[in-house]
Amino acid sequence: MAAAPLIAVALVSAAALAYEILLMRLFSVILWHHFAYMIISLALLGWGASGALLTLAQAAVRKHFAPLFCAAASGFGLGAIACFMLAQRVPFNPLEMFWDPRQPGWLLAVYLLLLLPFLCAGACVCMTLSRFRGQVSRIYSVDILGAGAGSLGIVALLFVLSPADALQLIGALGCVAAAVGWIECGGRRRWPALALLALAGVPLVLPSEWMAPAMSPYKELSQTLRIPGARVVAQRSSPLGLVSVVESPRIPLRHAPGLSLTASTEPPPQWGVFTDGEGLNALTRFDGRRGTLAHLDQISSALPYHLLRAPHVLVLGAGAGQDVLQAHYHGARRIDAVELNPQIVELVQGPFAAAAGGVYGPMAHVHVAEARGFIAASRERYDLIQVALLDSFSASSAGLYALAENYLYTVEALQDDLRHLQPGGLLAVTRWVTLPARDALKLFAAAVVALERSGVGDPASRLALIRSWKTATLLVKNGALTPEDIAAVKAFCVARSFDLAFYPGMRQGEANRFNVVEGPDLFDGAQALLGPERGEFMGRYKFHIEPATDDKPHFFHFFKWRSLPELLALKEQGGLPLIEWGYPVLVATLVQALVASLLLIGLPLAWVARSGALRGVSATPGVSRGRVLVYFLAIGFGFMFIEIAFIQKFVLFLSHPLYAIAVVLFAFLLFAGIGSGVSARLEGCPVLAVAAGIAMSAALCLLVLPWLFKHAMGLPDAARILIAVTLIAPLAFFMGMPFPLGLARVEAAEARLVPWAWGINGCASVTAAVLATLLAIHIGFTAVVVAALLLYGVAAAALPGGLDSASASPKDDRSSKRLDPRG
Amino acid sequence: MITPKVRAMAAALLLAAAGAQVAGAADFAAERRRMTQEIEALARQTGAETGRPAFDTRVMTAMDTVPRHEFVPAEQIDVAYANRPVPIGHGQTISQPYIVALMTDLAKAEPGHKVLEVGTGSGYQAAVMAQLAREVYSIEIVEPLGQQAMLRLRRLGYGNVQVRLGDGYHGWEEHAPFDAILVTAAASHVPPPLIRQLKPGGRMVIPLGAAFMVQQLMLIEKKPDGTVTTRQILPVAFVPLTGGR
Repeated sequence: MAAAPLIAVALVSAAALAYEILLMRLFSVILWHHFAYMIISLALLGWGASGALLTLAQAAVRKHFAPLFCAAASGFGLGAIACFMLAQRVPFNPLEMFWDPRQPGWLLAVYLLLLLPFLCAGACVCMTLSRFRGQVSRIYSVDILGAGAGSLGIVALLFVLSPADALQLIGALGCVAAAVGWIECGGRRRWPALALLALAGVPLVLPSEWMAPAMSPYKELSQTLRIPGARVVAQRSSPLGLVSVVESPRIPLRHAPGLSLTASTEPPPQWGVFTDGEGLNALTRFDGRRGTLAHLDQISSALPYHLLRAPHVLVLGAGAGQDVLQAHYHGARRIDAVELNPQIVELVQGPFAAAAGGVYGPMAHVHVAEARGFIAASRERYDLIQVALLDSFSASSAGLYALAENYLYTVEALQDDLRHLQPGGLLAVTRWVTLPARDALKLFAAAVVALERSGVGDPASRLALIRSWKTATLLVKNGALTPEDIAAVKAFCVARSFDLAFYPGMRQGEANRFNVVEGPDLFDGAQALLGPERGEFMGRYKFHIEPATDDKPHFFHFFKWRSLPELLALKEQGGLPLIEWGYPVLVATLVQALVASLLLIGLPLAWVARSGALRGVSATPGVSRGRVLVYFLAIGFGFMFIEIAFIQKFVLFLSHPLYAIAVVLFAFLLFAGIGSGVSARLEGCPVLAVAAGIAMSAALCLLVLPWLFKHAMGLPDAARILIAVTLIAPLAFFMGMPFPLGLARVEAAEARLVPWAWGINGCASVTAAVLATLLAIHIGFTAVVVAALLLYGVAAAALPGGLDSASASPKDDRSSKRLDPRG
Repeated sequence: MITPKVRAMAAALLLAAAGAQVAGAADFAAERRRMTQEIEALARQTGAETGRPAFDTRVMTAMDTVPRHEFVPAEQIDVAYANRPVPIGHGQTISQPYIVALMTDLAKAEPGHKVLEVGTGSGYQAAVMAQLAREVYSIEIVEPLGQQAMLRLRRLGYGNVQVRLGDGYHGWEEHAPFDAILVTAAASHVPPPLIRQLKPGGRMVIPLGAAFMVQQLMLIEKKPDGTVTTRQILPVAFVPLTGGR
């Protein structure tokens, strides 16, 4: 038998995983994160579709393997580019989804286009599996290693290349894989390999502008660039986002959200700093004259400076430095600023250093770090911890971040912050005011719980909440607020026409005076959240305002099913904007994935049954198809549940979203690969034993992680990465085994079901990724892990027996190829 | 040389086209009437729950008069009178008619009033306002949009609307003060010059939110003594807690 094209499979797997992450990046620039997530999740069903397709075409694969493999690989390469370019030209506008009946059709077109490259890549691996049965364990291990290399490679590549350039490279890689595949398959003629190599040159010579993401005209950056004379003067791209700096020389940008209506000063000239075309952050031109910054005293976040003298300030999420300037204006003694994105810091410290007045030079000590990790590792105590407002009002108020995990606003985060305050120090958190009130109430609830958990008997004595017409600022004091503090809060508000929402001893009549809303919702809510009826109040409220925790870190999730019919019925009066879209979009994604999966799993089975019946073949001799289905569904779901939950758990421990995903994913792929390789030698190993191994390793992680969060956060990055990998290794090792163990039995019993089993796993992985996020929102990530362990139990029950020697032909775990598409 | 037969055919075609146009205008009027009735019904329904009175009849008459289909791009003409926001190019939209009516109603423009609009867009809101006020001054920052709106309003005979291209931040000093100001362009804050240009007793209305997604309206009132109060208004009757207050 000819050799399997192992290198080509590895190349295709690497390119496909890189493409998945890259598409997420591209669509986050073009649209918004949650739509990007939905589109890519569904496109990934291409993996499952390849299994369905090949179930129907097994004879052709056996006869014409080499040309079909090369066609699929080059089809992936060229399709990766062509389908993206075509998808960009589909006039899909998610904002019109509920107004324009054509939009769902356009969305379907986008799915189908982007599904094609994944279908081709999946077909490469699946047909190699079907064709080279004796070598499947090797095929799978190179497949997994390829995927791991692809995930790390694309993250590295995106630091040096633009997404468009990276896309060209991925396209070329697909064609190179085809050429390598032809040579590996021992094709007698050379010219096809040369032709395929030449084809690999095509993506590289295309103008990269053709592939540049065309941003939705409704994003903030697109809108800003319509100002006459406005232009992008600096741009940086990394896996963390596309950072654009906009200059508008003719008509100045003046960003001062929620500026008091009594303010007579205007902001000085600014540059606008956008990430992925959203979240406008002002980079202020500062000439050293403090008076030019007076507008920074006219916004609600200036409140804490009126209660403190020459404080030592820590700004979390410093962005382009607006909050640093605010601290400077108010005479801070020392300023530490934490910003996650090194490229924003580089821009402020580099090309804009002089114009920005040394905001990240002498003015503040800037730390490139994730805020939560920085605090946990810090030994300092601050007079003021200022949590900056970095997300954009429009995206926030439309609920676009609903799915995003955020570890800044959780109960545990606030507890961490409080521990790092000097006696009498203040924690200040500013959020957008949404109507009806939700952000501020959810934050207030989190602060109350954080204080209670920190052992404070009377949380009310330490809290103050105010609002301007656009922002709300919450103060939490390390100590009781004094009458002087309260007098300062009142004076601050009166001078700026800001409203008091809560301070200890406040009367209802003092609320809702300047910027009048229908009722004093914030005051009433704050009272209820401090009282014994807190649970009942949160239950009755029409938005989800239960505090976010590290286990359910979805601060921006306010959606309640109960309110949906009411808001939909109010569509004609403008009710739709009150729906937090992130969540329903996720549910819609799940429903679509389920329907598509049912088709992709059901149709091939019907085909197999029909063709079997025609040929007089009876039902499967060794295993029932129902058990095969349950088994592969259970392990597909189990694997993704654990992977996604632990990526989130480790995001906190590694204190960096990007590195956590790269490290955790790579470790999972690597050790799952090793585990499945080892399973080849574990003849007769019952699935139940493997499931027990998974359960024990997962339990170990769950037990050790909280301890690590408390005691190991101060360790250097390398040490924490090592600890993370050590914890993941045994878990992933065992998780790599169930798939090859099961597939070996399927192959021995009814070989033509192999592509079908592959398809089930592909579909399960996609659906599971979406479902894991949905479940985490409701029951938390720990419960998602527990659910995964139950699923592995179900799998062990479905195929209880061990591997008999006759069918010992183990494979690796296919499901490990799937990545959390939000990566 | 055009043959008489061809001429006859052309004449017939022209006549038919003119007939179609007349029929089209009648259709649009009927659609506009339907739209107005829908808005009235929605306003009554919301008013019953919020206690906000139904829209001023003058506002509804204006909505029933202004040919909204003239303000949307040709490819959107079939939804011109649907109660939905419509994209008009350049990343801008024309608000859903219910929100236009609500904003106009909140501005409480009188026949003798001078109104400033920041963010002309298609010019539709200015045209509606022009039916109610004496003079409307409108500023648009996106040049092609402003130019189109200028030509369109002139063509449709809105002689009391003046459109200027440029930055609306500093208002329109020459014509200040204004009885009402509508700020339809997104802004992170209310420009202080606009507050200065608002007459004592005047009202300023600002929609907040992204394109297609007007979340809430802010109404700024300048009292006769010059003090400023603001109110946040949800277009819909949606109370976060019912029965609890």
